[in-house]
Amino acid sequence: MELKGKGALVTGASKGLGAALAAELARVGARIALVARGAGELSRVAAEIRATGGEAHALPANVADKRAAHAIAGSAAALVGPIELLIHNASTLGPVPLRLLLDTDCEDLDHVLEVNLVGPFRLTKIVAGAMALRGSGLVLHVSSDAAVAAYPRWGAYGVSKAAQDHLSRILAAELSPAGVRFLSVDPGEMDTEMHAAAMPDADRAALPAPAAVARRIASMIRQAERIENGARLEAGSWKEAG
Amino acid sequence: MIPARGPREDAASERLLVVDPRAETFRDARIGELPFLLRPDDLLVLNDAATLPASLAGRGPRGEPIEARLLGELASGTFRAVLLGPGDWRQRTEDRAAPARVEAGDRLAFAGLSATVERVSRISLRLIELRFDRSGADFWLALYRAGRPVQYAYTSRPIELWQVQVAYASRPWAVEMPSAGRPLRWDLLLALRARGTRFARVTHAAGLSSTGDAALDAALPLPERFEIPPGTVEAVASAHRAGGRVIAVGTSVARALEGAAQGGVLIEGTGETDLVIGPGYRPRVVDGLLTGTHEPSASHFALLHAFAPAALLARASEHAERAGYLTHEFGDSWLVLPRSTA
Repeated sequence: MELKGKGALVTGASKGLGAALAAELARVGARIALVARGAGELSRVAAEIRATGGEAHALPANVADKRAAHAIAGSAAALVGPIELLIHNASTLGPVPLRLLLDTDCEDLDHVLEVNLVGPFRLTKIVAGAMALRGSGLVLHVSSDAAVAAYPRWGAYGVSKAAQDHLSRILAAELSPAGVRFLSVDPGEMDTEMHAAAMPDADRAALPAPAAVARRIASMIRQAERIENGARLEAGSWKEAG
Repeated sequence: MIPARGPREDAASERLLVVDPRAETFRDARIGELPFLLRPDDLLVLNDAATLPASLAGRGPRGEPIEARLLGELASGTFRAVLLGPGDWRQRTEDRAAPARVEAGDRLAFAGLSATVERVSRISLRLIELRFDRSGADFWLALYRAGRPVQYAYTSRPIELWQVQVAYASRPWAVEMPSAGRPLRWDLLLALRARGTRFARVTHAAGLSSTGDAALDAALPLPERFEIPPGTVEAVASAHRAGGRVIAVGTSVARALEGAAQGGVLIEGTGETDLVIGPGYRPRVVDGLLTGTHEPSASHFALLHAFAPAALLARASEHAERAGYLTHEFGDSWLVLPRSTA
Protein backbone atom coordinates (compact mmCIF):
# COMPACT_ATOMS: atom_id res chain seq x y z
CA MET A 1 0.00 0.00 0.00
CA GLU A 2 0.99 3.58 -0.67
CA LEU A 3 1.77 5.20 2.68
CA LYS A 4 1.97 8.87 1.79
CA GLY A 5 -0.76 10.84 3.56
CA LYS A 6 -2.33 7.70 5.08
CA GLY A 7 -3.44 7.50 8.69
CA ALA A 8 -1.57 4.88 10.74
CA LEU A 9 -1.93 3.76 14.34
CA VAL A 10 1.09 2.09 15.98
CA THR A 11 0.87 0.57 19.47
CA GLY A 12 3.85 0.05 21.73
CA ALA A 13 5.42 3.02 19.97
CA SER A 14 7.46 4.51 22.83
CA LYS A 15 10.52 2.31 22.28
CA GLY A 16 12.13 -0.56 20.40
CA LEU A 17 10.51 -1.77 17.20
CA GLY A 18 7.34 0.31 17.69
CA ALA A 19 9.24 3.60 17.89
CA ALA A 20 11.39 2.60 14.91
CA LEU A 21 8.32 1.63 12.86
CA ALA A 22 6.56 4.89 13.68
CA ALA A 23 9.63 6.86 12.59
CA GLU A 24 10.09 4.84 9.39
CA LEU A 25 6.42 5.12 8.37
CA ALA A 26 6.42 8.86 9.11
CA ARG A 27 9.59 9.21 7.03
CA VAL A 28 7.73 7.87 3.99
CA GLY A 29 4.82 10.24 4.57
CA ALA A 30 2.29 8.38 6.72
CA ARG A 31 0.46 10.35 9.43
CA ILE A 32 1.11 8.51 12.68
CA ALA A 33 -0.80 8.16 15.93
CA LEU A 34 1.48 6.56 18.53
CA VAL A 35 0.17 4.63 21.52
CA ALA A 36 2.04 3.44 24.62
CA ARG A 37 1.59 3.60 28.38
CA GLY A 38 4.60 5.80 29.16
CA ALA A 39 3.59 9.39 28.35
CA GLY A 40 7.10 10.84 28.72
CA GLU A 41 8.91 8.44 26.42
CA LEU A 42 6.05 8.51 23.93
CA SER A 43 6.03 12.31 23.62
CA ARG A 44 9.78 12.22 23.12
CA VAL A 45 9.45 9.75 20.23
CA ALA A 46 6.64 11.82 18.68
CA ALA A 47 8.67 15.03 19.06
CA GLU A 48 11.69 13.40 17.36
CA ILE A 49 9.49 12.40 14.41
CA ARG A 50 8.05 15.91 14.13
CA ALA A 51 11.55 17.39 14.32
CA THR A 52 12.44 15.48 11.14
CA GLY A 53 9.35 16.76 9.33
CA GLY A 54 7.01 13.84 9.99
CA GLU A 55 3.51 13.91 11.46
CA ALA A 56 3.19 12.20 14.84
CA HIS A 57 0.68 12.41 17.70
CA ALA A 58 1.34 10.84 21.10
CA LEU A 59 -1.67 9.05 22.67
CA PRO A 60 -0.60 7.77 26.07
CA ALA A 61 -2.93 4.84 26.80
CA ASN A 62 -2.94 1.18 27.74
CA VAL A 63 -4.12 -1.18 24.99
CA ALA A 64 -5.19 -3.69 27.65
CA ASP A 65 -7.62 -1.15 29.14
CA LYS A 66 -11.09 -1.88 27.83
CA ARG A 67 -12.24 1.69 28.50
CA ALA A 68 -9.38 3.13 26.45
CA ALA A 69 -10.19 1.36 23.18
CA HIS A 70 -12.62 3.92 21.73
CA ALA A 71 -10.49 6.77 23.06
CA ILE A 72 -7.45 5.41 21.20
CA ALA A 73 -9.22 4.67 17.92
CA GLY A 74 -11.40 7.79 17.95
CA SER A 75 -8.59 10.18 18.91
CA ALA A 76 -6.30 8.65 16.30
CA ALA A 77 -8.87 9.00 13.52
CA ALA A 78 -9.64 12.58 14.59
CA LEU A 79 -5.94 13.44 14.43
CA VAL A 80 -4.62 11.53 11.39
CA GLY A 81 -7.78 10.77 9.42
CA PRO A 82 -9.28 7.36 8.65
CA ILE A 83 -6.92 4.64 9.91
CA GLU A 84 -5.58 2.77 6.88
CA LEU A 85 -2.82 0.95 8.72
CA LEU A 86 -3.09 -0.54 12.20
CA ILE A 87 0.07 -2.01 13.71
CA HIS A 88 -0.32 -4.16 16.80
CA ASN A 89 3.18 -3.98 18.21
CA ALA A 90 2.55 -3.49 21.95
CA SER A 91 3.12 -6.68 23.88
CA THR A 92 4.24 -8.02 27.21
CA LEU A 93 6.35 -11.05 28.13
CA GLY A 94 4.60 -11.42 31.47
CA PRO A 95 6.78 -11.71 34.59
CA VAL A 96 10.54 -11.90 34.00
CA PRO A 97 12.68 -13.88 34.53
CA LEU A 98 10.51 -16.04 32.29
CA ARG A 99 9.04 -19.05 34.05
CA LEU A 100 7.67 -22.50 33.33
CA LEU A 101 3.95 -22.68 32.67
CA LEU A 102 3.36 -24.69 35.86
CA ASP A 103 4.97 -21.83 37.78
CA THR A 104 2.92 -19.16 35.95
CA ASP A 105 0.05 -17.63 37.89
CA CYS A 106 -3.26 -17.79 36.06
CA GLU A 107 -3.62 -14.03 36.56
CA ASP A 108 -0.30 -13.49 34.79
CA LEU A 109 -1.45 -15.56 31.81
CA ASP A 110 -4.68 -13.57 31.84
CA HIS A 111 -2.76 -10.31 31.75
CA VAL A 112 -0.49 -11.43 28.90
CA LEU A 113 -3.55 -12.47 26.86
CA GLU A 114 -5.24 -9.17 27.65
CA VAL A 115 -2.27 -7.13 26.37
CA ASN A 116 -1.19 -9.32 23.46
CA LEU A 117 -4.49 -10.70 22.20
CA VAL A 118 -7.70 -9.18 23.57
CA GLY A 119 -6.50 -5.55 23.48
CA PRO A 120 -5.45 -5.79 19.82
CA PHE A 121 -8.70 -7.60 19.02
CA ARG A 122 -10.70 -4.74 20.55
CA LEU A 123 -8.86 -2.13 18.50
CA THR A 124 -9.21 -4.17 15.31
CA LYS A 125 -12.92 -4.52 15.96
CA ILE A 126 -13.26 -0.75 16.15
CA VAL A 127 -10.97 0.10 13.22
CA ALA A 128 -11.36 -2.68 10.64
CA GLY A 129 -15.08 -2.14 9.94
CA ALA A 130 -14.35 1.25 8.39
CA MET A 131 -11.51 -0.38 6.39
CA ALA A 132 -13.98 -2.98 5.09
CA LEU A 133 -16.42 -0.23 4.07
CA ARG A 134 -13.61 1.58 2.20
CA GLY A 135 -12.46 -1.72 0.68
CA SER A 136 -8.86 -1.19 1.76
CA GLY A 137 -6.63 -1.21 4.80
CA LEU A 138 -4.00 -3.31 6.52
CA VAL A 139 -3.78 -4.70 10.04
CA LEU A 140 -0.30 -5.92 10.93
CA HIS A 141 0.40 -8.07 13.98
CA VAL A 142 3.94 -8.16 15.27
CA SER A 143 4.51 -11.84 16.04
CA SER A 144 7.45 -13.86 17.32
CA ASP A 145 9.11 -17.19 16.63
CA ALA A 146 7.77 -18.12 20.08
CA ALA A 147 4.37 -18.31 18.34
CA VAL A 148 5.60 -21.30 16.34
CA ALA A 149 8.38 -22.99 18.32
CA ALA A 150 7.61 -24.35 21.81
CA TYR A 151 10.36 -22.75 23.88
CA PRO A 152 10.34 -23.77 27.54
CA ARG A 153 9.62 -20.74 29.79
CA TRP A 154 8.07 -18.72 26.95
CA GLY A 155 4.62 -20.21 27.65
CA ALA A 156 2.37 -17.24 28.36
CA TYR A 157 3.95 -15.09 25.66
CA GLY A 158 4.15 -17.94 23.10
CA VAL A 159 0.50 -18.91 23.63
CA SER A 160 -0.61 -15.29 23.19
CA LYS A 161 1.43 -14.84 20.02
CA ALA A 162 0.22 -18.15 18.50
CA ALA A 163 -3.35 -17.04 19.20
CA GLN A 164 -2.62 -13.64 17.66
CA ASP A 165 -1.25 -15.29 14.50
CA HIS A 166 -4.45 -17.29 14.19
CA LEU A 167 -6.59 -14.25 14.92
CA SER A 168 -4.87 -12.59 11.97
CA ARG A 169 -5.52 -15.59 9.68
CA ILE A 170 -9.20 -15.88 10.59
CA LEU A 171 -9.77 -12.13 10.20
CA ALA A 172 -8.14 -12.41 6.76
CA ALA A 173 -10.44 -15.30 5.82
CA GLU A 174 -13.49 -13.33 6.93
CA LEU A 175 -12.61 -9.91 5.51
CA SER A 176 -10.73 -10.77 2.31
CA PRO A 177 -13.89 -10.21 0.23
CA ALA A 178 -14.13 -6.70 1.69
CA GLY A 179 -10.53 -5.88 0.76
CA VAL A 180 -9.02 -5.67 4.25
CA ARG A 181 -5.58 -7.24 4.59
CA PHE A 182 -3.97 -8.88 7.62
CA LEU A 183 -0.35 -9.85 8.15
CA SER A 184 1.66 -11.37 10.99
CA VAL A 185 5.32 -10.50 10.98
CA ASP A 186 8.00 -12.18 13.05
CA PRO A 187 10.61 -9.44 13.35
CA GLY A 188 13.31 -11.86 14.54
CA GLU A 189 15.71 -11.10 17.34
CA MET A 190 16.50 -7.41 17.85
CA ASP A 191 18.41 -5.29 20.28
CA THR A 192 15.46 -4.09 22.39
CA GLU A 193 14.64 -3.67 26.06
CA MET A 194 12.23 -6.58 25.77
CA HIS A 195 14.93 -8.84 24.35
CA ALA A 196 17.26 -7.87 27.18
CA ALA A 197 14.55 -8.62 29.75
CA ALA A 198 13.88 -12.06 28.27
CA MET A 199 17.51 -12.97 27.61
CA PRO A 200 19.76 -10.86 29.87
CA ASP A 201 22.86 -12.86 28.89
CA ALA A 202 22.57 -12.28 25.12
CA ASP A 203 25.27 -10.29 23.35
CA ARG A 204 23.39 -7.11 22.41
CA ALA A 205 26.04 -5.98 19.96
CA ALA A 206 25.36 -9.05 17.81
CA LEU A 207 21.65 -8.22 17.43
CA PRO A 208 20.19 -6.12 14.59
CA ALA A 209 18.92 -2.64 15.48
CA PRO A 210 15.13 -2.13 15.49
CA ALA A 211 15.49 0.56 12.79
CA ALA A 212 16.87 -1.99 10.30
CA VAL A 213 13.97 -4.37 11.01
CA ALA A 214 11.49 -1.48 10.76
CA ARG A 215 12.72 -0.71 7.24
CA ARG A 216 12.03 -4.31 6.17
CA ILE A 217 8.56 -4.26 7.69
CA ALA A 218 7.79 -0.92 5.98
CA SER A 219 8.84 -2.56 2.71
CA MET A 220 6.39 -5.43 3.37
CA ILE A 221 3.63 -2.91 4.04
CA ARG A 222 4.29 -1.11 0.77
CA GLN A 223 3.98 -4.45 -1.05
CA ALA A 224 1.12 -5.83 1.03
CA GLU A 225 -1.16 -6.25 -2.00
CA ARG A 226 1.27 -8.80 -3.39
CA ILE A 227 1.37 -10.86 -0.19
CA GLU A 228 -1.23 -13.56 0.46
CA ASN A 229 -3.85 -12.22 2.85
CA GLY A 230 -3.37 -13.58 6.38
CA ALA A 231 0.22 -14.64 5.70
CA ARG A 232 2.85 -14.93 8.41
CA LEU A 233 6.21 -13.54 7.33
CA GLU A 234 9.67 -13.38 8.81
CA ALA A 235 11.41 -10.03 8.55
CA GLY A 236 14.80 -11.79 8.43
CA SER A 237 14.08 -13.52 5.12
CA TRP A 238 12.29 -10.58 3.45
CA LYS A 239 13.97 -9.24 0.33
CA GLU A 240 13.59 -5.48 0.31
CA ALA A 241 12.44 -4.39 -3.09
CA GLY A 242 10.18 -1.41 -2.57
CA MET B 1 -45.20 4.68 19.01
CA ILE B 2 -43.02 2.93 21.58
CA PRO B 3 -39.24 3.48 21.68
CA ALA B 4 -36.82 0.55 21.80
CA ARG B 5 -35.36 0.96 25.26
CA GLY B 6 -31.77 0.10 24.37
CA PRO B 7 -29.42 -1.85 22.12
CA ARG B 8 -30.79 -5.15 20.87
CA GLU B 9 -29.07 -8.51 20.62
CA ASP B 10 -30.07 -9.83 17.21
CA ALA B 11 -29.94 -7.09 14.61
CA ALA B 12 -30.95 -9.37 11.73
CA SER B 13 -34.31 -10.13 13.32
CA GLU B 14 -35.25 -6.48 13.86
CA ARG B 15 -38.30 -5.40 11.92
CA LEU B 16 -38.16 -3.65 8.58
CA LEU B 17 -41.16 -2.02 6.94
CA VAL B 18 -40.69 -2.07 3.19
CA VAL B 19 -42.47 0.86 1.58
CA ASP B 20 -42.86 0.67 -2.20
CA PRO B 21 -43.98 4.00 -3.71
CA ARG B 22 -44.36 2.54 -7.22
CA ALA B 23 -46.84 -0.14 -6.19
CA GLU B 24 -48.17 2.16 -3.41
CA THR B 25 -47.85 -0.75 -0.97
CA PHE B 26 -45.91 -1.67 2.13
CA ARG B 27 -45.10 -4.95 3.82
CA ASP B 28 -43.44 -6.33 6.95
CA ALA B 29 -39.95 -7.80 6.68
CA ARG B 30 -36.82 -8.25 8.80
CA ILE B 31 -33.46 -6.49 8.53
CA GLY B 32 -31.87 -9.85 7.64
CA GLU B 33 -33.91 -9.89 4.41
CA LEU B 34 -32.16 -6.79 3.04
CA PRO B 35 -29.94 -8.76 0.66
CA PHE B 36 -33.10 -10.05 -1.06
CA LEU B 37 -34.81 -6.67 -1.08
CA LEU B 38 -31.97 -4.86 -2.81
CA ARG B 39 -30.69 -5.70 -6.27
CA PRO B 40 -27.20 -6.39 -7.53
CA ASP B 41 -25.80 -3.05 -8.73
CA ASP B 42 -27.73 -1.11 -6.09
CA LEU B 43 -25.46 1.22 -4.15
CA LEU B 44 -25.82 1.52 -0.40
CA VAL B 45 -24.34 4.79 0.89
CA LEU B 46 -23.39 4.78 4.57
CA ASN B 47 -22.31 7.48 7.00
CA ASP B 48 -19.00 6.31 8.50
CA ALA B 49 -18.90 8.95 11.26
CA ALA B 50 -18.09 7.57 14.69
CA THR B 51 -20.17 8.94 17.54
CA LEU B 52 -18.45 11.46 19.82
CA PRO B 53 -18.50 11.38 23.59
CA ALA B 54 -20.32 14.68 23.01
CA SER B 55 -21.94 15.15 26.40
CA LEU B 56 -19.77 16.90 29.00
CA ALA B 57 -20.96 17.40 32.56
CA GLY B 58 -19.35 20.32 34.30
CA ARG B 59 -19.67 23.62 36.10
CA GLY B 60 -20.50 27.08 34.81
CA PRO B 61 -18.68 30.32 35.69
CA ARG B 62 -20.37 30.55 39.11
CA GLY B 63 -20.12 26.86 39.91
CA GLU B 64 -23.60 25.98 38.66
CA PRO B 65 -24.00 22.48 37.18
CA ILE B 66 -24.28 22.42 33.39
CA GLU B 67 -24.09 19.96 30.54
CA ALA B 68 -22.44 20.94 27.28
CA ARG B 69 -23.30 18.94 24.16
CA LEU B 70 -20.69 19.38 21.47
CA LEU B 71 -22.11 19.91 18.00
CA GLY B 72 -18.80 19.68 16.18
CA GLU B 73 -15.53 21.41 15.54
CA LEU B 74 -15.48 24.62 13.52
CA ALA B 75 -12.72 25.68 11.14
CA SER B 76 -11.51 28.17 13.76
CA GLY B 77 -10.68 25.30 16.17
CA THR B 78 -13.60 26.15 18.46
CA PHE B 79 -16.49 23.81 19.12
CA ARG B 80 -20.14 24.69 18.67
CA ALA B 81 -22.04 23.49 21.74
CA VAL B 82 -25.47 23.57 23.33
CA LEU B 83 -25.79 24.11 27.08
CA LEU B 84 -28.33 22.35 29.27
CA GLY B 85 -29.12 22.97 32.93
CA PRO B 86 -28.88 20.50 35.82
CA GLY B 87 -30.39 17.06 35.35
CA ASP B 88 -29.49 13.60 34.20
CA TRP B 89 -30.20 11.08 31.49
CA ARG B 90 -33.55 10.05 32.97
CA GLN B 91 -35.03 13.45 32.13
CA ARG B 92 -36.24 14.24 28.66
CA THR B 93 -34.21 17.01 27.07
CA GLU B 94 -37.28 19.24 26.87
CA ASP B 95 -37.89 18.82 30.64
CA ARG B 96 -34.37 19.84 31.62
CA ALA B 97 -33.93 23.13 33.47
CA ALA B 98 -32.49 25.98 31.45
CA PRO B 99 -28.76 26.43 31.96
CA ALA B 100 -27.31 29.39 33.80
CA ARG B 101 -26.70 32.23 31.37
CA VAL B 102 -23.15 32.47 30.04
CA GLU B 103 -21.34 35.25 28.22
CA ALA B 104 -18.30 35.45 26.03
CA GLY B 105 -15.21 35.12 28.22
CA ASP B 106 -16.87 32.86 30.82
CA ARG B 107 -15.00 29.73 31.85
CA LEU B 108 -16.59 26.26 31.91
CA ALA B 109 -14.93 23.43 33.87
CA PHE B 110 -15.35 19.74 33.04
CA ALA B 111 -13.55 16.70 34.47
CA GLY B 112 -9.94 17.20 33.44
CA LEU B 113 -10.85 19.68 30.73
CA SER B 114 -11.85 23.34 30.70
CA ALA B 115 -12.98 25.82 28.07
CA THR B 116 -13.72 29.47 27.44
CA VAL B 117 -16.98 30.68 25.92
CA GLU B 118 -15.94 32.55 22.77
CA ARG B 119 -19.34 33.49 21.41
CA VAL B 120 -23.02 33.23 22.27
CA SER B 121 -25.40 32.73 19.34
CA ARG B 122 -28.15 35.14 18.38
CA ILE B 123 -30.48 32.17 17.80
CA SER B 124 -30.37 31.08 21.44
CA LEU B 125 -28.38 31.95 24.55
CA ARG B 126 -27.75 28.22 24.95
CA LEU B 127 -25.94 27.89 21.64
CA ILE B 128 -22.29 28.83 22.13
CA GLU B 129 -18.81 28.45 20.75
CA LEU B 130 -16.25 26.97 23.11
CA ARG B 131 -12.48 27.05 22.98
CA PHE B 132 -10.90 24.24 24.97
CA ASP B 133 -7.64 24.76 26.88
CA ARG B 134 -6.07 21.68 25.33
CA SER B 135 -5.48 20.86 21.70
CA GLY B 136 -4.38 17.96 19.53
CA ALA B 137 -3.87 14.55 21.12
CA ASP B 138 -4.18 16.02 24.65
CA PHE B 139 -7.61 17.41 23.83
CA TRP B 140 -8.94 14.23 22.24
CA LEU B 141 -7.84 11.93 25.06
CA ALA B 142 -9.24 14.38 27.64
CA LEU B 143 -12.54 14.55 25.73
CA TYR B 144 -12.86 10.76 25.68
CA ARG B 145 -12.14 10.70 29.44
CA ALA B 146 -14.55 13.50 30.35
CA GLY B 147 -17.32 12.96 27.82
CA ARG B 148 -20.13 10.46 27.49
CA PRO B 149 -22.41 9.83 24.57
CA VAL B 150 -25.56 11.97 24.48
CA GLN B 151 -28.13 10.11 26.58
CA TYR B 152 -31.79 9.33 25.94
CA ALA B 153 -34.48 9.43 28.63
CA TYR B 154 -36.30 6.45 27.11
CA THR B 155 -33.48 3.90 27.56
CA SER B 156 -33.63 1.43 30.43
CA ARG B 157 -30.08 2.28 31.52
CA PRO B 158 -27.34 4.76 30.57
CA ILE B 159 -25.84 4.25 27.12
CA GLU B 160 -22.11 3.57 26.73
CA LEU B 161 -20.00 4.90 23.89
CA TRP B 162 -19.51 1.49 22.26
CA GLN B 163 -23.29 1.05 22.06
CA VAL B 164 -23.70 4.06 19.79
CA GLN B 165 -21.12 3.19 17.14
CA VAL B 166 -22.00 1.78 13.75
CA ALA B 167 -20.00 -1.28 12.63
CA TYR B 168 -17.98 0.77 10.13
CA ALA B 169 -17.29 3.91 12.16
CA SER B 170 -14.17 5.95 11.38
CA ARG B 171 -13.64 9.60 12.38
CA PRO B 172 -15.56 10.86 15.44
CA TRP B 173 -17.79 13.49 13.84
CA ALA B 174 -21.32 12.53 14.86
CA VAL B 175 -22.95 14.17 17.88
CA GLU B 176 -25.50 11.37 17.93
CA MET B 177 -25.24 7.94 16.33
CA PRO B 178 -26.13 7.82 12.61
CA SER B 179 -28.68 5.29 13.79
CA ALA B 180 -30.11 4.07 10.48
CA GLY B 181 -26.87 2.10 10.10
CA ARG B 182 -27.02 0.59 13.58
CA PRO B 183 -28.62 -2.75 12.54
CA LEU B 184 -26.10 -3.25 9.72
CA ARG B 185 -23.64 -5.76 11.15
CA TRP B 186 -20.84 -7.22 9.06
CA ASP B 187 -22.59 -10.56 8.60
CA LEU B 188 -25.32 -8.68 6.73
CA LEU B 189 -22.98 -6.25 4.94
CA LEU B 190 -20.86 -9.12 3.60
CA ALA B 191 -24.02 -10.97 2.49
CA LEU B 192 -25.10 -7.83 0.62
CA ARG B 193 -21.67 -7.51 -0.95
CA ALA B 194 -21.68 -11.17 -1.99
CA ARG B 195 -24.97 -10.56 -3.88
CA GLY B 196 -23.47 -7.65 -5.76
CA THR B 197 -24.68 -4.66 -3.76
CA ARG B 198 -22.01 -1.96 -3.74
CA PHE B 199 -21.09 0.30 -0.86
CA ALA B 200 -19.99 3.89 -0.72
CA ARG B 201 -19.51 6.24 2.17
CA VAL B 202 -19.96 9.79 3.24
CA THR B 203 -18.89 11.24 6.55
CA HIS B 204 -21.59 13.46 7.97
CA ALA B 205 -21.53 15.14 11.37
CA ALA B 206 -25.02 14.03 12.33
CA GLY B 207 -26.26 16.66 14.78
CA LEU B 208 -28.51 16.81 17.81
CA SER B 209 -32.08 15.62 17.39
CA SER B 210 -33.37 18.08 19.99
CA THR B 211 -31.96 20.63 22.40
CA GLY B 212 -34.88 21.40 24.72
CA ASP B 213 -34.93 25.03 23.61
CA ALA B 214 -37.88 25.89 21.35
CA ALA B 215 -36.06 28.69 19.52
CA LEU B 216 -33.08 26.48 18.88
CA ASP B 217 -35.10 23.40 17.96
CA ALA B 218 -36.94 25.52 15.40
CA ALA B 219 -33.55 26.39 13.85
CA LEU B 220 -32.49 22.72 13.54
CA PRO B 221 -30.77 21.31 11.64
CA LEU B 222 -27.84 23.65 12.14
CA PRO B 223 -25.26 23.53 9.35
CA GLU B 224 -23.60 20.10 9.55
CA ARG B 225 -20.17 19.23 8.22
CA PHE B 226 -19.87 16.52 5.58
CA GLU B 227 -17.29 14.96 3.30
CA ILE B 228 -17.99 13.22 0.00
CA PRO B 229 -14.95 11.17 -1.08
CA PRO B 230 -14.11 10.99 -4.80
CA GLY B 231 -14.88 7.24 -4.80
CA THR B 232 -18.46 7.96 -3.78
CA VAL B 233 -19.04 10.32 -6.71
CA GLU B 234 -17.74 7.60 -9.06
CA ALA B 235 -19.80 4.89 -7.34
CA VAL B 236 -23.02 6.94 -7.64
CA ALA B 237 -22.37 7.62 -11.33
CA SER B 238 -21.53 4.01 -12.08
CA ALA B 239 -24.56 2.70 -10.16
CA HIS B 240 -26.87 4.97 -12.12
CA ARG B 241 -25.18 4.00 -15.40
CA ALA B 242 -25.63 0.30 -14.61
CA GLY B 243 -29.30 0.74 -13.75
CA GLY B 244 -28.65 0.40 -10.02
CA ARG B 245 -30.31 2.55 -7.40
CA VAL B 246 -28.69 4.75 -4.78
CA ILE B 247 -30.01 3.90 -1.32
CA ALA B 248 -29.06 6.35 1.43
CA VAL B 249 -28.68 4.79 4.86
CA GLY B 250 -30.19 7.44 7.07
CA THR B 251 -31.39 10.98 6.67
CA SER B 252 -27.87 12.29 7.35
CA VAL B 253 -26.58 10.51 4.23
CA ALA B 254 -29.51 11.80 2.19
CA ARG B 255 -28.80 15.35 3.37
CA ALA B 256 -25.05 15.05 2.69
CA LEU B 257 -25.55 13.63 -0.83
CA GLU B 258 -28.30 16.07 -1.78
CA GLY B 259 -26.45 18.94 -0.11
CA ALA B 260 -23.37 18.17 -2.22
CA ALA B 261 -25.47 18.03 -5.40
CA GLN B 262 -27.15 21.41 -5.17
CA GLY B 263 -25.39 22.51 -8.35
CA GLY B 264 -27.20 19.70 -10.18
CA VAL B 265 -24.47 17.07 -10.01
CA LEU B 266 -22.83 15.38 -7.05
CA ILE B 267 -19.41 16.80 -6.33
CA GLU B 268 -16.65 15.48 -4.09
CA GLY B 269 -15.18 17.42 -1.22
CA THR B 270 -16.09 18.80 2.16
CA GLY B 271 -18.79 21.26 3.00
CA GLU B 272 -21.57 22.15 5.36
CA THR B 273 -25.24 21.68 4.70
CA ASP B 274 -28.38 22.99 6.33
CA LEU B 275 -30.48 21.58 3.51
CA VAL B 276 -33.95 20.57 4.66
CA ILE B 277 -35.50 17.81 2.59
CA GLY B 278 -39.26 17.54 2.77
CA PRO B 279 -42.48 17.52 0.75
CA GLY B 280 -41.91 18.85 -2.76
CA TYR B 281 -38.15 18.33 -2.73
CA ARG B 282 -36.97 16.43 -5.82
CA PRO B 283 -33.92 14.30 -4.94
CA ARG B 284 -31.06 14.59 -7.44
CA VAL B 285 -28.90 11.70 -6.24
CA VAL B 286 -30.77 9.53 -3.74
CA ASP B 287 -33.32 7.04 -5.08
CA GLY B 288 -34.32 5.25 -1.89
CA LEU B 289 -33.79 5.32 1.83
CA LEU B 290 -33.10 2.96 4.71
CA THR B 291 -34.10 4.81 7.85
CA GLY B 292 -35.37 4.41 11.38
CA THR B 293 -39.03 4.30 12.35
CA HIS B 294 -40.05 7.90 12.98
CA GLU B 295 -43.16 9.48 14.46
CA PRO B 296 -45.17 11.25 11.72
CA SER B 297 -44.50 14.53 13.57
CA ALA B 298 -40.69 14.17 13.40
CA SER B 299 -38.53 16.14 10.95
CA HIS B 300 -36.98 12.85 9.84
CA PHE B 301 -40.46 11.74 8.78
CA ALA B 302 -40.95 14.93 6.78
CA LEU B 303 -37.89 13.94 4.76
CA LEU B 304 -39.66 10.75 3.65
CA HIS B 305 -42.16 12.88 1.75
CA ALA B 306 -39.48 13.60 -0.84
CA PHE B 307 -39.41 9.87 -1.58
CA ALA B 308 -43.00 8.60 -1.27
CA PRO B 309 -46.57 9.99 -1.53
CA ALA B 310 -48.05 11.38 1.68
CA ALA B 311 -51.08 9.07 1.62
CA LEU B 312 -48.88 5.97 1.41
CA LEU B 313 -46.63 7.23 4.22
CA ALA B 314 -49.65 7.93 6.40
CA ARG B 315 -51.01 4.41 5.83
CA ALA B 316 -47.58 2.87 6.45
CA SER B 317 -47.21 4.85 9.65
CA GLU B 318 -50.62 3.76 10.94
CA HIS B 319 -49.64 0.18 10.22
CA ALA B 320 -46.26 0.57 11.98
CA GLU B 321 -48.05 1.96 15.04
CA ARG B 322 -50.62 -0.84 15.10
CA ALA B 323 -48.05 -3.55 14.46
CA GLY B 324 -45.84 -2.31 17.31
CA TYR B 325 -42.83 -1.07 15.37
CA LEU B 326 -40.31 0.43 17.81
CA THR B 327 -38.98 3.95 17.32
CA HIS B 328 -35.91 6.02 18.13
CA GLU B 329 -32.19 5.25 18.02
CA PHE B 330 -32.45 1.53 18.79
CA GLY B 331 -35.76 0.99 17.02
CA ASP B 332 -37.00 -0.79 13.89
CA SER B 333 -36.33 0.34 10.34
CA TRP B 334 -38.07 1.38 7.15
CA LEU B 335 -36.83 0.76 3.64
CA VAL B 336 -38.36 3.27 1.25
CA LEU B 337 -37.80 1.80 -2.20
CA PRO B 338 -37.10 3.99 -5.22
CA ARG B 339 -39.99 5.52 -7.12
CA SER B 340 -38.65 4.60 -10.53
CA THR B 341 -36.63 1.60 -11.66
CA ALA B 342 -33.57 3.85 -11.93
